[in-house]
Formats: sequence, structure tokens, C-alpha cells
Amino acid sequence: MDVTVAPPLGMLAELTHRCPLHCPYCSNPVELTARADELTTGQWLDVLDAARDIGVLQVHLSGGEPLARPDLPELVTRAADLGCYVNLVTSGLGLTEERLADLTDRGLAHVQLSVQGPDAERANRIAGARAHEHKLAAAALVKEAGLPLTVNVVLHKANHDVGALIALAERMGADRLELANTQYYGWALRNRAALMPTPEQLAAAEPVVRAQARRLRGTMEIVYVVADYYEKYPKPCMYGWGARQLTVAPNGDVLPCPAASAIATLPVDNVKTRPLRDIWYDSESFNAYRGEEWMREPCRTCDRRSVDFGGCRCQAFQLLGDAAATDPVCSRSPDRGVVDLLLRSPGEQEEFVMRGPVAAR
Amino acid sequence: MSGKPRLRKGVRLSFDKTRDTHVLLFPEGVLVPNATAAAVLELCDGESTVDDIAAALGTRFRGVRAQDVTDVLTRLADRRVVEWT
Repeated sequence: MDVTVAPPLGMLAELTHRCPLHCPYCSNPVELTARADELTTGQWLDVLDAARDIGVLQVHLSGGEPLARPDLPELVTRAADLGCYVNLVTSGLGLTEERLADLTDRGLAHVQLSVQGPDAERANRIAGARAHEHKLAAAALVKEAGLPLTVNVVLHKANHDVGALIALAERMGADRLELANTQYYGWALRNRAALMPTPEQLAAAEPVVRAQARRLRGTMEIVYVVADYYEKYPKPCMYGWGARQLTVAPNGDVLPCPAASAIATLPVDNVKTRPLRDIWYDSESFNAYRGEEWMREPCRTCDRRSVDFGGCRCQAFQLLGDAAATDPVCSRSPDRGVVDLLLRSPGEQEEFVMRGPVAAR
Repeated sequence: MSGKPRLRKGVRLSFDKTRDTHVLLFPEGVLVPNATAAAVLELCDGESTVDDIAAALGTRFRGVRAQDVTDVLTRLADRRVVEWT
């Protein structure tokens, strides 16, 4: 391998797949890790130590719902003491004033709060739970604690109302708002036809986002993630495979991207059986699509190969059955027709298949 | 430029032993400030003015001008790292 592997900057620590919400766009895998198979507190502490040791500076404590882990405070303490920037990615359910004050004392730096829709009725329907009011309360707690707040919204056909969502995030006092069109991985792929926004919705959203981002400059930053099926070029997925970030799943599986378990042909290492350093630098999974050596045409000689890195490996596998193919979203892919066909006839699905609970074991 | 610069809420300046450099940590990612920027950032406490910062740097480095400090801070403000109070 003639690629210099840089140390990882960030780790997404998926502490659990348990979650009080049932969002149809859930990007977690279809097969969730059961509670009994989650890493123990001691194992997570070791993962945090190992991650910092190889250079991780940002720790995103996520899930599922990370607040479902009673050892969350201990993990925040460790990550913060190691000098990491600690981000809590939460539904807000279960966040109380006491818990947040404790986490803040322990070094929590930032909270990312999911919101499902612009009003309670739509949001609760999408979440499959009476969650919206809890989220408004959680946002207020984060602001009172003096922590920066990012509101995350996954956009799809049933909530593509960016004007109302921006207004809501403003009322919640968000410092940042991420409006991300659904990416079709894990459970979300099952609901693609019902989730896929229309071209009219996308065309209407973009000028609103632009105008509001201008108006809110300096107050609330708006990050808009486009619907890649409709784009000419693929997203620069993970800024390169095994380049910046790693994901540790609830059972200790280490993945180059949060969706990578979708790639059935990818061998996966686990922190219980291999040191994190080895996995980052030497594993087959992290080296599979690192750099440019793995690329075929049209990527191999493409002038955009260092811009988008061939796009998303998971998407190539899911749509073409070949993780080393050019992301078929790319207009230069010989398989772009697959995506065009999906856009022309997304299939008949009006109702969501809601995310089910984790199998009890 | 008048005012007192400070790190924006949610931004932390830290030293990374793995990379042997200062790093700026914030929700969107990590920035590696150069030595000059790191020296300026260490003095951005929301209390000191640009002149104060330039004077403090002048005790460590030769020929520091307030305009240099302002230039660095303007770039950092554009990157949403620094804000003016």
C-alpha cells in the first residue's frame, strides 16, 4: 500500500442500538445488536483509551439512544479526561436537568439533538413515539447548561418543510442546524420509496435554505446535505475510506463507516479480538478502499477522484452488489441508469415500515 | 478592529501529543492551527484586546504588530473559531 495512513480524528461510539424512537429512516442496520451483546463498561473504557492512543480527538457518543446506557457518565468522564471533544448524539428522551448537569460537569462539550418534524403531530408520527415535546424541553436544558446545540433533522417526503424546520431550530436556540436528506442505508433502505423526496420538494427547499442561511449568518449555522440520488456527483463519503473516522458498533465491531455493515463481503474486526490500532492501520476492512489503488475506471483516472473518493462504497454495494464499483449516483458511472430508474419508478409505498424494537434476549 | 476576541462557544484549543501540535476542536471537526495562530488563540480570553495580545506576544516573539494579530483573528473568525465580544 503506497498510502500514508494518517491517525483517525473521530470515533463514532454507538453505545447501544436500543432507542425509544422508531424512525423509518433509521440508518442502523436491519439486524440490531441485542442488549446482552453490547460491550461492557470496561470494554468501552478500553476502547476510549485505545482510540485516544491512536489519535482520536472527537468522540461522538451515539446509538440508538446513548442515554439508555447507565454508564454514560463514566464514559464521558474518561473521554473528556483523555482530552477528547465529547459530543452526545441523542433523541433527547431521558435527558433531565440533573443528568445533563452531571454530564456537563464531567466534560461534555456539545449536544446533537434529533428532531423528526416541524410540529408535534408530524414529528411524533415519524418518530413513532410522543417525543416532540421532550425534544423541546431537552433543547431548553442544553441551552440553560450553556452547551452548544446542534439540531439534526433527517429530511424526507413527509417532513420536507425546511422553512418551518429552520424556524423551529431557531426557537430551540440551536447554534447549528443540520438538514440532511435521508441516506438509504440500514432500515432506511426498506422505506426508500416512502421517504424519497420529490424533485419539486428539493427544488423548493434549496432557495429557502440559501436565503435563511444568509439571514442567520453568525447566529445559527445551517448545514444542508443534498439528496444524492438527484445529484450529478456522489458525496465525498467519510472524506475517504479509513481516512478520518471510525465507528465502533454496540457489539465492538469496528467499521470504516457507520453503514459499512451493509457490505456483506467486508470482513469485520472486533475490539474484543484485535487491538484498535491494528484494526485502523492493518485490517483488511480499513485498507479495502483506502487511497486510490482499489479504484477502477472511471474513477481511477477521474479528475474528481480526490474530491469525492469514488463516492460511497456502501451505496455501490447496495445498488450494484460490488463495493469497489463507482458510486452509481455519479453521472460518470456506467451504472447511473440504476439510480435513474429508481427515481423514475421509486415503487409503490405510501406507509412507513416503522423501526421495530431490538430483539429481546 | 476593536473588541475582545474569544473562542466561540463549543470550540476548544488543546494540545495533541499524538500529532505533536495544537488542535482546535469543535462540533464540525478538527483544525490544526499553525504556531502563530495557536499562540494568538492561547491569549484569546475574552478580556484582552488585540493590542494586549500583540503586547503579550511581543515578549515571546520579535516584531509582533497588532495588524498581524488582527489578520490572524480575522481568518479565525471567518472559520467560526473566534468571535468578538
